[in-house]
Amino acid sequence: MLADKDRIFTNLYGMHDRSLAGARARGHWDGTAGYIQNGRDWVVDQVKASGLRGRGGAGFPTGLKWSFMPKESDGRPSYLVVNADESEPGTCKDREIMRHDPHTLIEGCLIAGFGMGAHAGYIYIRGEFIREREALQAAIDECYDAGLLGKNAAGSGWDFDLYLHHGAGAYICGEETALLESLEGRKGMPRMKPPFPAGAGLYGAPTTVNNVESIAVVPTILRRGADWFTSMGRPNNHGTKLFGISGHVNNPCVVEEAMSISLEELLDKHCGGVRGGWKNLKAVIPGGSSVPLLPADIAKDAIMDFDWLREQQSGLGTAAVIVMDQSTDVIKAIWRLAKFYKHESCGQCTPCREGTGWMMRVMDRLVTGEAELEEIDMLLSVTKQLEGHTICALGDAAAWPIQGLVRHFRNEIEDRIKYQKTGRVSSIAAE
Amino acid sequence: MLRRLHIEQPESFAFTAANQAWAEAQLTKFPEGRQASGVIPLLWRAQEQEGWLSKPAIEFVADMLGMAYIRVLEVATFYFMFQLKPVGSVAHIQICGTTSCMIMGSDDLIAICKEVISENPHEISADGNFSWEEVECLGACTNAPMAQIGKDYYEDLNSSNFRDVLKAFADGNVPRPGPQNSRFAAEPLGGVTSLQDMTGEDVNGSVALAVTLGDTVKRIQGDEVPVRQAAKPTSQPVAAKPTPEADGQKPVMLEGPRDGGGDDLKKIKGVGPKLEADLNAKGVWHYDQIANWTAEEVVWADEHLVQFKGRVSRDDWVGQAKTLAAGDAT
Repeated sequence: MLADKDRIFTNLYGMHDRSLAGARARGHWDGTAGYIQNGRDWVVDQVKASGLRGRGGAGFPTGLKWSFMPKESDGRPSYLVVNADESEPGTCKDREIMRHDPHTLIEGCLIAGFGMGAHAGYIYIRGEFIREREALQAAIDECYDAGLLGKNAAGSGWDFDLYLHHGAGAYICGEETALLESLEGRKGMPRMKPPFPAGAGLYGAPTTVNNVESIAVVPTILRRGADWFTSMGRPNNHGTKLFGISGHVNNPCVVEEAMSISLEELLDKHCGGVRGGWKNLKAVIPGGSSVPLLPADIAKDAIMDFDWLREQQSGLGTAAVIVMDQSTDVIKAIWRLAKFYKHESCGQCTPCREGTGWMMRVMDRLVTGEAELEEIDMLLSVTKQLEGHTICALGDAAAWPIQGLVRHFRNEIEDRIKYQKTGRVSSIAAE
Repeated sequence: MLRRLHIEQPESFAFTAANQAWAEAQLTKFPEGRQASGVIPLLWRAQEQEGWLSKPAIEFVADMLGMAYIRVLEVATFYFMFQLKPVGSVAHIQICGTTSCMIMGSDDLIAICKEVISENPHEISADGNFSWEEVECLGACTNAPMAQIGKDYYEDLNSSNFRDVLKAFADGNVPRPGPQNSRFAAEPLGGVTSLQDMTGEDVNGSVALAVTLGDTVKRIQGDEVPVRQAAKPTSQPVAAKPTPEADGQKPVMLEGPRDGGGDDLKKIKGVGPKLEADLNAKGVWHYDQIANWTAEEVVWADEHLVQFKGRVSRDDWVGQAKTLAAGDAT
């Protein structure tokens, strides 16, 4: 188990002093100016050396992303935009950072802004997080008062302003170009890429969009060194990670752990185990609603990192673990996700706008079992027509959970259909 | 999902003086000319003031930002947090119903709403005090099931404590938000498994604000928290689009080819038969004509000679033509 001294978010639960003074007592904002004075290349190289992969779901190397920003301005400013539109079902980690340990994020913004040559940063927080927005704004105000933001921020010689902006309840705004559209005051409809935000993002200027957690871990990486960060987790999956465990465990919680921890250890150490014991486990969604679920027999060996879960045709996503025990109607659980994606499709691309509704309506029938067996394959073929045929990844995200369900629980869907038709349960009786 | 303006609209809308000051302060967050960025916060404040978003409010915000009404209407109908019809006068209850909350029992909470408030979502209760809806994931999944009421999250609910919360609101009280089961925040129930030494605060960050400000379900007037002027963006002004200095200079064109035959312009990379014919029609026949274009003339050619603007300079026609005029191949 990760030792407290190796935890980055030392006030994750907000039990310790949440003010700037408290953050300083825990070691934040220490030596920030010095790291900036080491130069832009040094900062980016340190982040690259740490192997930090983006914590927002896709796992793209953060340092590499920063290095795409132009070195010399062509007259346009550069912008840092922090994606705090945390809306992926199951995910509730950034909320804890913003309301309880906001100074990790603000200090990270200054360093990241410097690392990409940006003098201004916008944090885009989801609209529903009203108290979190107030808490974060109070922390930003504290930093301005203490000279940690603004002109010559933290005495580093770098001018950096940080603004907090919010959305109004659209999941799609977690997609980086939709977020930029929304930040510019429009409907959150994703943009075609290229141009990528690093070339033309916010207001047509070079922009990098990063997840809250990706930014908030950077100051500690610089303080403790890239070697410390790489000492945790398997190769290519380094560092610590906030896991948010929800569903049928005895004690659901958000906890910071080392990457590549086994699912079993994660649940047993921090969550009091699966409700009713491991034998009672039915399935686990390991990384938020967009990744395919894993049945109990795979989940019991699961290693929680990007690569292992990718090999199982699932993913780490946002490390939001949804645990479902034997009492769960897994078809209904995935149906609810299909309903979610139908609700949240922005309507721009036809395959997604129509496909998400179509998939949900078939799932409606699979939940009750009032369907034909052929509809399972028809549903699969629709997911394939949706996947990869849309501007943004919402189409993929809508397709994958259903593919995962059919891959691992086809028997259960078929049984339900047969039961509806004949009134008899077939394959289960043979066990 | 079909979202339309309510059939009955009020006569007018205006921010309170304090909300107006707050709104103007918000707009200082954005670079000059980018005030449209403030549309969501301003619409949201209008809704906080009135409880729902009316057509006059949408138009008021549009006028304030210099935006076309349709652009603001688009935003108001796109984002689901905007209530386009009146809600309960005391509170609008939003139950999270997405998977984590669903498997932890949000269906029970919805059943209670149907029983206590109204049969259908967005329908105001008989006494006019409450309305409810099922919303998508609110991002407090470890505290499932949960509901947002006004500004606050009520977490770790079950049938019994949710009824208590609703009853408290009905009695004119504001129950304390946050976890309803003795939990502090998102730590494991029954005791932390990490960060044991990190103690000192009485309540979690969200609850602390709710208790101090006391504005959970209040209509926001703008004087709840002091307005702070955001620092003006210090970043360089946004560069204008690279518009060339006017239109460049039109080069001298020929009536027809010299000595009875033009050069093969197709040898210039990027020029095909179609483009060659266009160029001939406009009076460009020879390599040396292009080779002698000045920078100003290239700007003109970029704008007027080709369908894809900027192609002349991008493909360096002048350089290519010089090579070809000298008898070399490109």
